Amino acid sequence: MIENALKGGKRYWSWIAFLLVIIAVGGLYWLRQFNEGLTITGLNRDVSWGLYIAQFTFMVGVAASAVMVVLPYYLHNYKAFGKITILGEFVAVGACIMCMGFIFVDMGQPFRITNVFLHPSPNSMMFWDTVVLMGYLVLNVLISFVTLHSEKKSIAPPKWIRPIIILSIPWAVSIHTVTAFLYAGLVARPFWMTAVMAPRFLATAFSAGPALLILLALILRKNTKFDTGKEPIQKLAIIVTYAMIMNVFLLLMEIFTAVYSGIPEHLDHFKYLYFGLGENTALVPWMWTSAVLAVIALVLLIVPQFRKNETLLIWGCIAVFISIWIDKGMGMIVTGYIPNPLHTVTEYVPTFPEVMITLMVWALGGLIITGLYKVALSVRKQLV
Amino acid sequence: MGVDRRKFVKIAGAAALGLTAAPPIKLFSSETEEKADTSLCNTATDSCVCKPPEVDPVEQGLKKDPTRWAMVVNLGECRKHEDCKDCILACHETHNVPDFPKKKDEVKWIWKEQFSHAFHEVENEFGDEELNHSPALLLCNHCDNPPCVKVCPTQATWKREQDGIVMMDWHRCIGCRYCLAACPYGSRSFNYRDPRPHIKEINTDFPTRMRGVVEKCTFCDERLAEGKLPACVDACKYGCLTFGDLEDADSKVRELLHSHFTIRRKPGLGTQPEVFYIV
Repeated sequence: MIENALKGGKRYWSWIAFLLVIIAVGGLYWLRQFNEGLTITGLNRDVSWGLYIAQFTFMVGVAASAVMVVLPYYLHNYKAFGKITILGEFVAVGACIMCMGFIFVDMGQPFRITNVFLHPSPNSMMFWDTVVLMGYLVLNVLISFVTLHSEKKSIAPPKWIRPIIILSIPWAVSIHTVTAFLYAGLVARPFWMTAVMAPRFLATAFSAGPALLILLALILRKNTKFDTGKEPIQKLAIIVTYAMIMNVFLLLMEIFTAVYSGIPEHLDHFKYLYFGLGENTALVPWMWTSAVLAVIALVLLIVPQFRKNETLLIWGCIAVFISIWIDKGMGMIVTGYIPNPLHTVTEYVPTFPEVMITLMVWALGGLIITGLYKVALSVRKQLV
Repeated sequence: MGVDRRKFVKIAGAAALGLTAAPPIKLFSSETEEKADTSLCNTATDSCVCKPPEVDPVEQGLKKDPTRWAMVVNLGECRKHEDCKDCILACHETHNVPDFPKKKDEVKWIWKEQFSHAFHEVENEFGDEELNHSPALLLCNHCDNPPCVKVCPTQATWKREQDGIVMMDWHRCIGCRYCLAACPYGSRSFNYRDPRPHIKEINTDFPTRMRGVVEKCTFCDERLAEGKLPACVDACKYGCLTFGDLEDADSKVRELLHSHFTIRRKPGLGTQPEVFYIV
């Protein structure tokens, strides 16, 4: 089954080669980072987490979003998701590995990672996050391969897999909740000190993740014989719509609380995001781009005629994905550090090597997802 | 089919082996510096375990057990000597704290910060301009309830039971910088690059660190073990720094806390800092 990932046409191998080149170039920069230290990044004493940890956070959401196809299909027996469920699970597998990759490249002493298991610390949310992420990866690998194997043999999946599938549903929620707990319980960071963080993480996950899945399904439809049909795409679009509405709603709640209370320790972070603090305005254009894209996405998704038009839906999904990526993958982590605990401002801008290392991890995820999709489609004999 | 799969697993296995072979090779090359580090730190580790002899409190009946170390900083006196850096230099020389040319790599254990930044929550726009702009001496607060300890995923930083010092194990730290995110006082530094070439004169009595680990003030646990005062306290010729045991009702720190109005940084967070300031 899995050997199908090593067979393919010219276009398949060109794409693989492209990803491998990015991984190789990024890998060289990672070696440099390994030798010189994280000094080659834009991180500093005041802003000590940046692009890597932000990408990690975003990817946890993408991983968790598989539950949006798993739950309707397995729990509610929603047959239309039959073909697409495996795609969601494979995205989760790739995203989980990317999460681990981002943590790994962020560490000052990456080869001491085993210390997390040698000295387990239940007090630390990072310990729990490692546990739930590893568990989620194992669950998704197991579920996707067992079900795909049964599909290949045209038999029903074994009975013992069902409780594991059901377990994966709350587990998906747990990974993003615990990831929010990484940040939301720190006395030092008023920007993150919000009970809404975990719910909002889930809302962003359940909009950006399925939006990505729609885009991937449409790409597959264009390039292979794989076709989910209209119904599951439209159903996913509705999930994206509701989740995106929740996300924007929760963002407005955050803004209300900060602005109406006017507590400088909370408000100043939002000022930094949308207006800048003094001359420090690095994120302002990005955050407004994110806001405008969110509005465009909502218009394209909420109006039924737009949502049902697949071309417009594609743009809606792209808008959702980019808007949330900017918000979570750029704004959310860095702004926790700006202003810093001394209420002064040190800005952060990622460096070129840092961006290349980030792309390396993205390409690695792309490679894994490509290979797994190849396997799934080969089993279904739906390749070109 | 089965053969194909086996073949694939073989290829994948070989590839994985190739990937994992690189790191050990890298590790060997830096083995010497790691070793040097370990041998130096053994003394520091030993001292972490044993009780400071000067304060064998129960036997001598002088101090309470457990001890709770604290510092009182007399900002009013310190302010008069704005350019004095004796305590900072003494600390950084004793502990091999590097001096990096770029601010973004900065490592510091004790430093002076504008009062209005250090205590921004009590800043008053009509208050004493001079006070707002005067320097305040900052260091690790050795909180009674340390948020950094709570978040560490490897227990590389912990609160020492017998005297409340927030300790660091530089050999266990994985460099995740979660403690930097958690510290509400900005007291922790990360070695973004190899610190050794940037140490002016290496003090061989104290370990140096390697890149990729977090460090901070340890209230001079190694000096306390020898019955000495912390290096900064020792170095201050104006007597601005007072160090002692809060559990001991007759200690100098308790006397100062009783006779003066003192403030602590961000008391509302419940961290219970052990560094007090006389304004």
